[in-house]
Amino acid sequence: MAEAAIGAGLSGALLLIALRDETDSNLTALKVSQVTRWLVDLFSLIMTVLIGWVLWLTIYVEPVERLAPLANAMLEHSGVSNPVTAVLLNYRGYDTLLELVVVLAAVLGVMVVGRERRGYRQAGPVFCGLVHWLVPLLIVTAGYLLWIGAHTPGGAFQAGATLAAAGIVLRLAGNDAAGLPEGMWLRWLLVAGIGLFLTVGLGVTLNDGQFLQYPKAWSGTLILLIESAATASIAAALVLAYRGGRPDGWLSVADKDNDREVSS
Amino acid sequence: MVDLLALILVFSGIAFFFFGAIGLLRLPDLHSRLHALTKADNLGLGLLIVGVALFHGSLLVALKLLLIWLLALLGSAASAHLISQYALRRKHQ
Repeated sequence: MAEAAIGAGLSGALLLIALRDETDSNLTALKVSQVTRWLVDLFSLIMTVLIGWVLWLTIYVEPVERLAPLANAMLEHSGVSNPVTAVLLNYRGYDTLLELVVVLAAVLGVMVVGRERRGYRQAGPVFCGLVHWLVPLLIVTAGYLLWIGAHTPGGAFQAGATLAAAGIVLRLAGNDAAGLPEGMWLRWLLVAGIGLFLTVGLGVTLNDGQFLQYPKAWSGTLILLIESAATASIAAALVLAYRGGRPDGWLSVADKDNDREVSS
Repeated sequence: MVDLLALILVFSGIAFFFFGAIGLLRLPDLHSRLHALTKADNLGLGLLIVGVALFHGSLLVALKLLLIWLLALLGSAASAHLISQYALRRKHQ
């Protein structure tokens, strides 16, 4: 679900702004030879068969379970009742921590490349009307996804992607900051997830000597706390990636990179 | 009986999606393509959702599905409007 939200929703938005940047230059249609077309058709066919086969396997073939019973058996110790969340935030906390680091590294990479794109002009009445309905609904949905992550599919990455969608809609409607704060607040927002995760991890290390080994009574609360901070950080990072570079005034020295992307 | 009705609804929804996709591929210009896409998707999704709600038989699930449909209606109406307005503006320039 997280992959679907980020892969389908946000990559689509990123690809579209990449296309917007390309339209100024000469974007000629690629000449596709007959052979290439055949190869593409063949590839699509193979992928379709493969996906169908995997679907058939998951539905009809008896699964070979190795780790799943173990994960379910230890569920009562994890502080949540959704096995996926238990694996991501408790048994395999390291992995999720490093995923957050990857997201932060990616957005830092985006910021190194250049200054952010120019925003959009104020949207017309139809789109503004849609935004007025959509943004509050997206925020509520993100909160809901975060909360239900404890017992059904959901969690920080899904909630973060949903929240980022609200930011992108805001930016498209003419709010250049896309709902993000400025300056120091933005920096704190970006590192909140990793910061809290590490603090909790080190804090419990002091308690019983194991990194990221939550005390049983507290694990539910700690997981919710970490996931809330991670949601905010993921959303901020994804929206910044959509803004496409470092915001004005990000560097403490004068920003010499003056060739901002010019687009309509 | 209810299951049969649900099945018919789901399949007619899928048929709408199918013809919408054909329309998107085959119709000559942007506006008629949008017409095929939005009409087919709205009604197709509606039928699909009524069918699935009947299958499931729970009111809460039905309400959630209804919310999804309303959002899809809002989104597709607004985006179709935006796309066609943009195309019109470009044509008159």
